[in-house]
Amino acid sequence: MRRQLEGSRAVAEAVALCRPEVICAYPISPQTHIVEGLSQLVKTGELTPCEFVNVESEFAAMSVAIGASAAGARAYTATASQGLLYMAEAVYNAAGLGLPIVMTIANRAIGAPINIWNDHSDSMSQRDSGWIQLFAENNQEALDLHIQAFRLAEELSTPVMVCMDGFILTHAYEEVEMPTQEQVDAFLPPFVPRQVLDPDDPVSIGAMVGPEAFMEVKMLQHYKQTVALDLIPDIAADFERAFGRSSGGLVRPYRAEDAETIVVALGSVLGTIEETIDELREDGMKIGALGISSFRPFPLEAVRAALEHADRVVVLEKALAVGIGGIVTADVRMALSGLKLHGSTVIAGLGGRAITQASLRTLFLDAHSGRLEALTFLDADWELVERELGRMRELKRSGPHAENILRDVGAVAHKAV
Amino acid sequence: MFQVRIHGRGGQGVVTAAEMLSLAAFDEGRHAQAFPSFGSERNGAPVVSFCRIDDRPIRLREPVSAPDALIIQDPTLLHQVDVFAGLVPEGYMLINTPRTLAELGLDEFVKDFRAERLMTLPAGDLAREHTGRPLANATLLAGFAALSGLISLDSVVLAIEQKLAARFVAGNVAAARDAYAWVRRAQETPAHA
Repeated sequence: MRRQLEGSRAVAEAVALCRPEVICAYPISPQTHIVEGLSQLVKTGELTPCEFVNVESEFAAMSVAIGASAAGARAYTATASQGLLYMAEAVYNAAGLGLPIVMTIANRAIGAPINIWNDHSDSMSQRDSGWIQLFAENNQEALDLHIQAFRLAEELSTPVMVCMDGFILTHAYEEVEMPTQEQVDAFLPPFVPRQVLDPDDPVSIGAMVGPEAFMEVKMLQHYKQTVALDLIPDIAADFERAFGRSSGGLVRPYRAEDAETIVVALGSVLGTIEETIDELREDGMKIGALGISSFRPFPLEAVRAALEHADRVVVLEKALAVGIGGIVTADVRMALSGLKLHGSTVIAGLGGRAITQASLRTLFLDAHSGRLEALTFLDADWELVERELGRMRELKRSGPHAENILRDVGAVAHKAV
Repeated sequence: MFQVRIHGRGGQGVVTAAEMLSLAAFDEGRHAQAFPSFGSERNGAPVVSFCRIDDRPIRLREPVSAPDALIIQDPTLLHQVDVFAGLVPEGYMLINTPRTLAELGLDEFVKDFRAERLMTLPAGDLAREHTGRPLANATLLAGFAALSGLISLDSVVLAIEQKLAARFVAGNVAAARDAYAWVRRAQETPAHA
């Protein structure tokens, strides 16, 4: 049924349709509406049988998910930003133990400076944890990816993160097609755990593994993700047959076939990028985009196939690897190794800075005519940075950066948008 | 695409207003996207929300900087925030106040726009009359429906029924109907606007 819903509500209902048996969560913006919605569905009995566990921290949330999953329950949680960092140790454990937990990341920046707005720093910080990471372009895809995620996680016995842009998607009302319980039941079979803590058939889970076998257990994790490279498109194709719409998969090219310049990005910014590309295409520019839906596993071959005919590749990233620049860039470059392509990295939208069509248009024009530097910060105010650098040169005790720069900016709360 | 920006303060239902507008447009078979300006979740702080309405799916995700319409729920913001920023020359504007645009000192400003598309509406008073509270978000949407013709009053009523808690529906629907009629009357006697 087609409905006009908040993204968080759409995801909560989709997760409920997947019949999770344990949901444990600690609220953090911008994830809160998702778990509030689910707690309500459990409380009213619409989602049953399911235990909703209010935990005291994100570390506890992931720990409860691990315990529930190991006991054979379909387990779900959601978090963002500092919450993901706080549970990081357990995030790695869930992957290392091979427990098929599904977790929503409502993508948000990481402090300091503290910032509740959207970027991809949180998910990116856990990219090597062993979790599969799928990124949603819009709320329909966010909804659909959760249904696919449970199936993917359970087929591989590997945890899956569904990453959706905080606020931009989680708090946006837009139309979604909500599947029926029958449709989801037909697509997602009941959870049959590969390992289970069962008093009648005792096993231990979580052995200490020394140098004699640690590498092999890690290799197995990596191997599962290479299997996921085949499984993700298969599940997406199955999904399309069952639900009649295309969602997920490894990569999503947009007008890229004959493109000389291709912009690579993840998540909801692809919408604004596509609008900008349509506009520039009308002016005759051969430009396209490549959305990366599966960031882990990273689809090296699919990325190479989509980009190899281009002259220029611009990777637009919502996270910054301090000290080098791009995170996605490194993987894209690996996919393109041996090819002579002009590559550039654009860091955009950090801490919720709006990525506008006007700025993207200028950026793409610069890129297409070879004027883009190797590393660009979109719409950044270098003057503010220079002023702080000046203070640092003049004064040994120049004070805290964030407060100094805020003083230069003035009262930000008074800006209209 | 038609883009609306709504200004108000935390606690006035500014975000809900944009969501209701998107519901009304959706009910009319159009594509709509509503989202808040993020972060100012404090009572009394300036809050902005946005709604895009189009006949094709909406992919754009940036805040609305050149609105086709402005709805201003709190006139005290006129002196605090640049609420008019980017309003297109053909744009609509509805301000929640019992005063006229002239009384608000907006004579100079309105000269650049089409006079019949800019209006004030005592939406807070109408809401208080019917609901006992001056929360004017739904009332203003009905006024906006009358002013712009973008959505019907029926769709606004449907959105109120879908979005607001049951105990607030009847009063807000009555206030909305009053507001719609008020704007229609004012349109017939332009001097009043």
